[in-house]
Amino acid sequence: MLELDDVSLEVGGDLHLYPTNICLGAEGFNTLLGDTLSGKTSLLRVMAGLTRPSNGKVRFDGADVTGVAVQRRHVAMVYQQFINYPNLSVWENIASPLRVVGLKTEEIKRRVSSIAELLKLTPYLDRQPSQLSGGQQQRTAIARALVKECKLVLLDEPFANLDYKLRESLRDELPRLLADRGAIVVYATTEPAEALQLGGFVATLFEGRVTQFGRSSSLYRFPRDLQTAQILSDPPINIALGKKSGSRIELSESVGWDLGSAHANLPEGNIYVGLRPHHVSPENQGRGVSVQGRVRISVVSGSESVIRFERDSMLWVSHSQGLKRFDVGEIASFWLDVDRAMYFRPDGSQLALD
Amino acid sequence: MARIQLHDLAHSYHPNPSDDRDWALRSVDFVWDDGGAFALLGPSGCGKTTLLNLISGLLRPTKGRIIFDNQDVTMLEPRVRNIAQVFQFPVVYDTMTVYENLAFPLRNRGVQPGLVDQRVRSVASALGLDQSLNNRARALTADAKQKISLGRGLVRQDVSAILFDEPLTVIDPHLKWRLRSELKALHQQSPFTMIYVTHDQTEALTFADQVVVMNEGEVIQIGTPAALFDRPNHTFVGHFIGSPGMNLLPVSIDEAGIVRFEGFAIESSSSSPREAIAANGLQIGVRPEFVSLHTEGIPADLIRVVDAGHMRILEFRHAEHSIKMVLSESLAIPDRAPYLLRFEPNRTHLYANGWIVA
Repeated sequence: MLELDDVSLEVGGDLHLYPTNICLGAEGFNTLLGDTLSGKTSLLRVMAGLTRPSNGKVRFDGADVTGVAVQRRHVAMVYQQFINYPNLSVWENIASPLRVVGLKTEEIKRRVSSIAELLKLTPYLDRQPSQLSGGQQQRTAIARALVKECKLVLLDEPFANLDYKLRESLRDELPRLLADRGAIVVYATTEPAEALQLGGFVATLFEGRVTQFGRSSSLYRFPRDLQTAQILSDPPINIALGKKSGSRIELSESVGWDLGSAHANLPEGNIYVGLRPHHVSPENQGRGVSVQGRVRISVVSGSESVIRFERDSMLWVSHSQGLKRFDVGEIASFWLDVDRAMYFRPDGSQLALD
Repeated sequence: MARIQLHDLAHSYHPNPSDDRDWALRSVDFVWDDGGAFALLGPSGCGKTTLLNLISGLLRPTKGRIIFDNQDVTMLEPRVRNIAQVFQFPVVYDTMTVYENLAFPLRNRGVQPGLVDQRVRSVASALGLDQSLNNRARALTADAKQKISLGRGLVRQDVSAILFDEPLTVIDPHLKWRLRSELKALHQQSPFTMIYVTHDQTEALTFADQVVVMNEGEVIQIGTPAALFDRPNHTFVGHFIGSPGMNLLPVSIDEAGIVRFEGFAIESSSSSPREAIAANGLQIGVRPEFVSLHTEGIPADLIRVVDAGHMRILEFRHAEHSIKMVLSESLAIPDRAPYLLRFEPNRTHLYANGWIVA
C-alpha cells in the first residue's frame, strides 16, 4: 500500500501539488488523469522518491519512505520517451537491471525469459532496439522495468508516442499482464477513454490538485464536482448554469424540465447542470426532454454522429451511435436524457442525489 | 483550390528498388475532387507521410505523375505548387504577435490590408484566438502555438490545397476535440481541398469525407467513414478502424457452401461463399457493435467487462477465440450463462486471405 499523507510540493514559491491524501493498493491500475501540467508527473516523482515533497509523508506498506532516495526504493518507472540501450540486444536490455544488482546467471535467465514471454518479445530477444517497431521498443522498456519485480511500478504516459491502434492493444494487455504480480501500478495519462478502459482506480487532477480519487466507473457516474465531471468526459461535457425554482430547472428561455422527486430537495437558485454528450440524442428514445436547436457542426465518423447545435445562444454537443446527418443551419430536434443530468452548486461541488 | 490526381505514383528510398518491400509507397492511382476533405490513415511506416511529401513537392516520386487541375506538377518545386502545410509541431515566429503571425502568409503575397484584416479575424475567431491577437507568440502554450500554425495554414484562400501532417499530436484531448470540430466547421464554410495525415482513426473519421487507409506502402481501401466501418474490404481495415476493432474468427466452408465457425453455421454478407471454398485463411469479420446476446447462437463464456462510461466492452470466449461485444450503458448485462452470441448477418463479412469475398 502506498499512502500519500498530506503531501504537497512547492517549487520556487509556486504550489505544484496541493495537499494530497490518497492511498493506492495493488488491486487494479491506479490512473492519474489530467491535462498536461496538471501535476501528474510531479505526483509520480514524489511517489518514486525522485522529488522530496515540501510537506507531508509518503508511506510504503506502513513504513515512512519520505526522503528515501529512489535508488533505495523498490521502484520501476517507464517514461513516455522509451529509453533502451541502443547497442545492447533486447535480451541484454531487459537483463541489465538484474546484472546491476548481481543476480545469478540462472536467475537472470529465468526472469528475462518469463517477462519476455509475457510481453511477447521472445522472437526478438537477439535483435537490437533499432530493429524493432515502436511498440516493441516500448514493450522492451516496460519489460526492463518489470523484470526487477518491484513493488511499485510507475508509468508516465507510456503509450503517448505510439500509434492509436497499438496503444489500444497495449492498453488492453497491460492490466492483464500486471494483474497477478502484486505490484502497485500507477499510470499517468491525458486521455479520459484510456483511464476508463484501464479500469481500476482513477485520480483526476486539475492544476496540481487531485479533484477526486475512486473507482473509474464511480467517478464517471458520480463525480464529486464539476471539475471531475469535466476531466472525465470526452467529448467535453455540456455545462449550463440553470435556475431552480420550485420543481423546475430552467437553463434558458426554452430549455428546462421538471425535476423528479429524486431532485426535489435541490436548493433554489443558481445550479450548474452537466449532461454528457452521450446523453444528448438526435433520436427520440421515448424519454428525455426535447429541444429544438440550430445545427452548427454535423460530423459522421464511421458508426457515430457528433452534432453541435445552438439553442438560446448556448452550444450543446450530442454524441450518438448510428449515422445522423444534418445540414449546417438546419433546425432539428434533440432529446436530453435528463435522468442522467448532474447538478452542481455554483462553487462546483456536486449536489447530493438523495 | 484544386482537384488532385495521382497517376501510378510510387516512391522508393532505394536507388534500385527490386522487391515490394523496397517501396515506401507502392503504385497509387486516384483522384481527389476539388474542395474535399481527405485523410491518409495508417500505422507508422505505412507510407502516408511519403505520399504527403510527394504531393507537397518535398520529395520527387520514383515514378508516376501528380496533377493539380490540369497542370502536371510532378517536377515542380514546393513553393510553386501553392500549397499550405501544417506540421506536427508548431511553426511560429516567436517575436511576432498572434495577429502578425496569421497575417504573415498574406502580407508576404501582397494581399491588400483590408482583406488581410478580414481573413486574420475570421480565422482567429474560428480557432478561438480572437482574444489573444495582440499577444506575442513567444509567451503562449504549445497548444496555442499549434493553433497559430493551423491558422497560418488556413488563412490564404488562393492555395491549391492545405496539407496537415498529424497536426493535433501535441494537443490535450479536450482541445483536440474542439479543434477537430472547428476544422470540420471551417471546411463546411469554405471548402478548401484538405489532406490530413494521421494514425488516429478518430481524427481521420471525424475530419474526412474520404479516408485513404494505408498499410505497408499500399492503399488498402478508399471510402467514406461509414463505408470503412460497414464494409471493410480487408481485415486490416476492419481491425484498424473501430475501437475495439473487428472480431476476426477462422472459419471453413462446407460442401453445401455454409460458412462454419467451430461447427456453427454463420450467415454472412457474402452471396457466393462457395467460390472461396478452397481459399486459404478464411475468416469472418464482425464488429463488436454487431454482436448481440440472443436466445440461440454461439455459446460463450463472459471473461471480462470493461466499463468505458457510455458503453461497456464485453469480452467472451468460445474455444480459444476471443469475441468482443459493445453494450450501451443503458442496457443491463444479463446474468445468465451460457451466453449465446448472435452475429448480425448483413454486417458479418467473409474474408479470404484478408480480402472480402463478395
